[in-house]
Amino acid sequence: MDQQSENSRREAICPSKKSKLDLATARARIEETKGPEYWRSLEELAGSEEFQEMLHREFPKGASEWLDSVSRRGFLKLMGASMALAGMTACTKQPLEPIVPYVRQPEEVIPGRPLFFATAFTLSGYASPVLVESHLYRPTKIEGNAQHPASLGGTDIFAQASILGLYDPDRSQTITYLGDVRTWGDFLSAIRGPLNVQKGLQGAGIRILTQTVSSPTLADQLRSVLRLYPQAKWHVYEPVNRDNVYEGARMAFGQPVETSYKLDAADVILSLDADFLSAGFPGQVPYARDFAKHRDPDSGNMSRLYVIESTMSTTGAKADHRLPMRAWEIEQFARTLAGSGLGISSGGSTLLNAEQAKFAGAVAKELQNHRGSSVVMAGDHQPPAVHAIAHAINQQLGNAGKTVFYTDPVNANPVNHTESLKDLVSDMRAGKVDMLIIMGGNPAYDAPADCNFADVLKSSKVPLRIHLGLYQNETAELCHWHVNEAHYLEAWGDTRAYDGTVSIVQPLIAPLYNGKSAHELLSLLAGQAEATGYELVQGYWKKQHPGFDFDAFWRKSLHDGWIEGTAYQARQATLQNAATLPPQTPASQGIEINFRRDPSIYDGRFANNGWLQELPKPMTKMTWDNPVLISPAMAVAQRMDLKSEDVVELELNGRKVEAAVWIQAGHPDNSITAFLGYGRRRSGRAGTGAGFDMYQIRPSATPWFANGVNIRKTGGTYVLASTQGYQSIETPNGAERPLIQAATLDEYHREPNFAKEEEPPKELTLYPGFDYAKQPYAWGMAIDLNACVGCNNCIIACQSENNIAIVGKEQVNRGRHMHWLRVDTYYQGDRANPKAHFQPVPCMHCENAPCELVCPVGATVHSTEGLNDMVYNRCVGTRYCSNNCPYKVRRFNFLLFQDWDTPQYKMMRNPDVSVRSRGVMEKCTYCVQRISEHRIDSERENRKIEDGELQTACQQSCPANAIIFGNINDPNSQVSKLKAKQRNYGLLAELNTRPRTTYLAEIRNPNPELES
Amino acid sequence: MDDRAQDVMNKQAPVIEPGYTFGTVTDKISSIVLTRPTSNGWFLGFGIAFLVTMGLLYAVGYLFVRGVGIWGVNIPVGWGFAIVNFVWWIGIGHAGTLISAILLLLRQSWRNSINRFAEAMTLFAVACAGMFPVLHLGRPWLAYWLFPYPNTMSVWPQFRSPLVWDVFAVSTYATISLLFWFIGLIPDLATLRDRSENRAAQIIYGMLAMGWRGSAQHWARYEMAYLLLAGLATPLVLSVHTVVSFDFAIGIVPGWHTTIFPPYFVAGAIYSGFAMVLMLAIPIRKFYGLEDFITDRHLNNSAKVMLATGLIVAYGYGIEAFMGWYSGNRTDAFLLWNRLHGPYAFFYYLLLTCNIAIPQVLWIKKVRTHPGWLFLISGVILMGMWLERFIIVVVSLHRDFLTSSWGMFYPTRWDWMTYIGTIGFFLACMFLFLRVLPMISIFEMRTLLPEAEVKAE
Repeated sequence: MDQQSENSRREAICPSKKSKLDLATARARIEETKGPEYWRSLEELAGSEEFQEMLHREFPKGASEWLDSVSRRGFLKLMGASMALAGMTACTKQPLEPIVPYVRQPEEVIPGRPLFFATAFTLSGYASPVLVESHLYRPTKIEGNAQHPASLGGTDIFAQASILGLYDPDRSQTITYLGDVRTWGDFLSAIRGPLNVQKGLQGAGIRILTQTVSSPTLADQLRSVLRLYPQAKWHVYEPVNRDNVYEGARMAFGQPVETSYKLDAADVILSLDADFLSAGFPGQVPYARDFAKHRDPDSGNMSRLYVIESTMSTTGAKADHRLPMRAWEIEQFARTLAGSGLGISSGGSTLLNAEQAKFAGAVAKELQNHRGSSVVMAGDHQPPAVHAIAHAINQQLGNAGKTVFYTDPVNANPVNHTESLKDLVSDMRAGKVDMLIIMGGNPAYDAPADCNFADVLKSSKVPLRIHLGLYQNETAELCHWHVNEAHYLEAWGDTRAYDGTVSIVQPLIAPLYNGKSAHELLSLLAGQAEATGYELVQGYWKKQHPGFDFDAFWRKSLHDGWIEGTAYQARQATLQNAATLPPQTPASQGIEINFRRDPSIYDGRFANNGWLQELPKPMTKMTWDNPVLISPAMAVAQRMDLKSEDVVELELNGRKVEAAVWIQAGHPDNSITAFLGYGRRRSGRAGTGAGFDMYQIRPSATPWFANGVNIRKTGGTYVLASTQGYQSIETPNGAERPLIQAATLDEYHREPNFAKEEEPPKELTLYPGFDYAKQPYAWGMAIDLNACVGCNNCIIACQSENNIAIVGKEQVNRGRHMHWLRVDTYYQGDRANPKAHFQPVPCMHCENAPCELVCPVGATVHSTEGLNDMVYNRCVGTRYCSNNCPYKVRRFNFLLFQDWDTPQYKMMRNPDVSVRSRGVMEKCTYCVQRISEHRIDSERENRKIEDGELQTACQQSCPANAIIFGNINDPNSQVSKLKAKQRNYGLLAELNTRPRTTYLAEIRNPNPELES
Repeated sequence: MDDRAQDVMNKQAPVIEPGYTFGTVTDKISSIVLTRPTSNGWFLGFGIAFLVTMGLLYAVGYLFVRGVGIWGVNIPVGWGFAIVNFVWWIGIGHAGTLISAILLLLRQSWRNSINRFAEAMTLFAVACAGMFPVLHLGRPWLAYWLFPYPNTMSVWPQFRSPLVWDVFAVSTYATISLLFWFIGLIPDLATLRDRSENRAAQIIYGMLAMGWRGSAQHWARYEMAYLLLAGLATPLVLSVHTVVSFDFAIGIVPGWHTTIFPPYFVAGAIYSGFAMVLMLAIPIRKFYGLEDFITDRHLNNSAKVMLATGLIVAYGYGIEAFMGWYSGNRTDAFLLWNRLHGPYAFFYYLLLTCNIAIPQVLWIKKVRTHPGWLFLISGVILMGMWLERFIIVVVSLHRDFLTSSWGMFYPTRWDWMTYIGTIGFFLACMFLFLRVLPMISIFEMRTLLPEAEVKAE
């Protein structure tokens, strides 16, 4: 086959393979032609098809190439490859140049894991031993010191909330002179001169005013200052003091002894206005625990509590028999009980009415029958005579040494506070005071009205006034110098618990604002200007514990949080002649006014603590205010016709104050209760302006209750923010809802199952069930209503652990408070003397949770361990879940309630818990962060979480052990055992919610003789 | 016997006054949009409505800045005005669909003169209603999470929640209503296109008319599409408010958890919807002189529908009260007591007066055909139906199981501003609609004329 035919065949098969004219052939062809033909030929050549094709091959039209499908694919391949290869440029292997991190991790600190340090919080001289959780050396949470006999793991609300005090942005941050910022050096040079002058005068012009001092180091320092300046004087004043207690002890024993009680050994307890179950009562934490321990109805030996009280208190709420009486009548009651009932000469009177007499008779009989296993307590605000009578009764019954113990006073200087302050004021008036050093406290605000302390302080009679305090308060305003005090979590110190045990207060953080402690200020006076708190406290204890093992002793004391062997030994106290009792206070007419420390903000010192301000007070559920309490009968009395929130003017001894009224069931008639601590003029963003200042009418002669107060209705009203909508389980149409299950001990024995409501069958739901029993853990909680004393501690513990915001009075009033855990208080029966019940309500973690069903985005879901989890990030805020929650435990961020800006609060928050923003629902999680932490730990150690190892914040802080949390799949866990009890019941179980939180019904142990 | 003869026999008012021809009907209706000068009254009305709408914008702006806490909602009353208004507006919307779809299928030709603006009203009411579920969220910018959209985390809505059902129900309803209304408009848009002398109007109406030429084929397809959409919309009349009632009936709150809710809600919706139709029709026919098209017959028929649905609603109240007593359930019994004697008792009695007592005068024919009285009664019914939702939402929530958690709901000025603002928005939309679109269906009106009758050969 020749070339030609071969080519044409090829062309026929594939046109692109047509024989092509290349440049060489073209040139050859041109060379072949000659003459004129040359040009023609070139044109010819140029016009020829082959030439055209050649040109195209030389300068190809791109488009003709891409039309081919294979090429297009190729293009894509190339593109892909070049892109991939472009990425490959990053794959160049870098030469290995190892760097070494500069790790200087402090010993013991693992980021993300908290450390705990033992220290102690002091309130009016009484220490609460605490453990402080510290995240990377930022204290974040206060917990009880379980090793310490005065805590056993429990705390009170003031200790719990003190963490907020540390980070309070309104705390005083600098030293000031007449309001201008100064340095510590300025202060030192300013007082050097006056001190030198005083040296010559033996300190005759120096007055030191302290609060109750129980710190051994501080007391020692004060004494040495007094040795240096023999003419100087040390005054002590606190508005909420124990003058009556010490006076009563002096009356009975001739010496001011401290009395403590062993309530788990007491079968019969009589409280004469002693509110020993509420926070602020010295020893409340161990008392609540011991009391609850002895109230187990299944133990066969349940104690009985009689309470005679002048206002409704948590202790009265827990009483088996409660008798409301005006405060001054209680002395009569005590005298009658001692005189006619127990044969103690007491100048007895028989002014009691029939009901009171019957009560006294029954109590006397009970006490007689329980010699050596009973306790009679007198309240701090009862006059010394009542204390003396209580001592006499306890002695008579042989309780001393068995249930009642006497020790040295915890107070290092147990003088009468009111007298001490009066002396100071008269010295100031007389111009005898050249230099007044006020160490803590706020006497310009909280001194009795007739002392006129503020006026005297204001006058120019005292040339140099120095105030040491946490806040620029009313007193600081009237002093020349204000030294910002270090918070107890910032400074070294020591303190005593109610039983005398000493704790070293160790700082958790360096002073945020360079504050100074009382020790450091005093050391100036003693001439040791450079001494640090650490040196001072350690120096004192070196003297107490000399010897080579001091370092070990010091380390152990710091580690444990208390110094072994420092508890006061119980001592013998001999009763003096009872005839020394003063004569009976004369019967008085008119309306009585009781002055009480506020259940939440104490004497006003915690006024700027938002957690405490927003903490619903146990009996009224009131927040941010201190209305005057008045009995229902008195409110409707013809002359008054008062309603809650009416404003009245109170007039006592010519002094007047306006206040709102709150009707309190169970309050005695002809008597009102006013709480101290509110109406602060200069406190901070939370405290200033809240409530009414009752110190304005508080007389120094009768600081606790006074007769003859005039009440005048002004016609105005005042909005009060109570968190509880309705305080009765009886609805207005008369139906009683089975929310609180309670029975007497007899009824319980007859019908142990009384609390159980009929539960719907498990299958009664549209949705398939889940077999929780197959899971390793099923979390559940049991709350013993019998043990709960309504102290509110769990609320603050929860708030601190879970970064819960406060919302302010206006928002509380709209029903938007954020507490994940609330304590409901219900009254039942006669409004004049009702039964009261406390019910802590966290999330029930229902197995058939109504909230989960209705959430449109699945932001609340159930975990395999039975937790009702809240996914904040997913929540869009329809609030449907809250509507559908029969327990109303869900809380919604209606506005931006969290403070995202204040830097102090950023340090305070628990890093393990999300800080919620606006528009998100939140609620109790059973402290899921703690569960996770323990799960991780246990999995690393290849074991299960042991019972008791994991505690929720509320459980941990509960002084009465009323809240128990654990694994209900483990039949031997504490919570399973409690849930197996017959008095266990689920709240609203008839709704088939299957709550994981259940309650143990409340059992009372009334005296049959008084039951009628 | 034809309709007109029957009307005369029954001494009824005609659905269209005699004397009109195809041309005069078209002239009369289209002139409102095209030729008649815009009245000062219109500018005044629209101006006021527009200002109120600006108030809504302000209230919503502030709401987005501060959060839902500016309203009176709280724990326990987690839903307040927003949900009350939502249910109220959705209910009002129902009349439009009922008139257009169900009455079309039932061949109630008297509907022809009121269906157009009833449908427009539906759309605007649904728009007002649709705002509230978004506004009432704590985090409204995440409202799209309620839709099942594909996302990288494979997170879906929680399909057991009635709120998700609501999303589907309401969005379907809004879509169908819009389509139905628009398709019904097409022949009339073409009429406007052809008759308008303004170039811009010709272009706009022309585009909206989608090339309608009125050929027989167009009419055949149009009739089919319209009928199909009517068939689709009919179940929606029942389903939307049924699903809305599930928001409550699925919950365990006493006062919500009842099986009577679906029918009782649907009846209530139509009740309030017809009240709104009358509230709009009576002034419109007066100001635009359309008494010949919207006749006493229409008023009478609407009043009858209101009377009937009102009685169903009254039955619902009766059953609720009866079950409160008969069930022996503690919380249900208390709910009844609380409605009658609780802090909101006044509003319950007001509700009974508005929704049950006063509308009974509709038994009287003179009232049924008297525009003034009907206008008044319709207003009363609208208020009553709003109160009904208030009683259901707020009064049920404010006192439920645990007495400790009882509370009260007090609306704030922002609640009122938002509510009144949506009324302003609704009216502003209505004013615009009256101005730019034929408020009465021209071609459907023409079918009512004697000329349109197909003579039997």
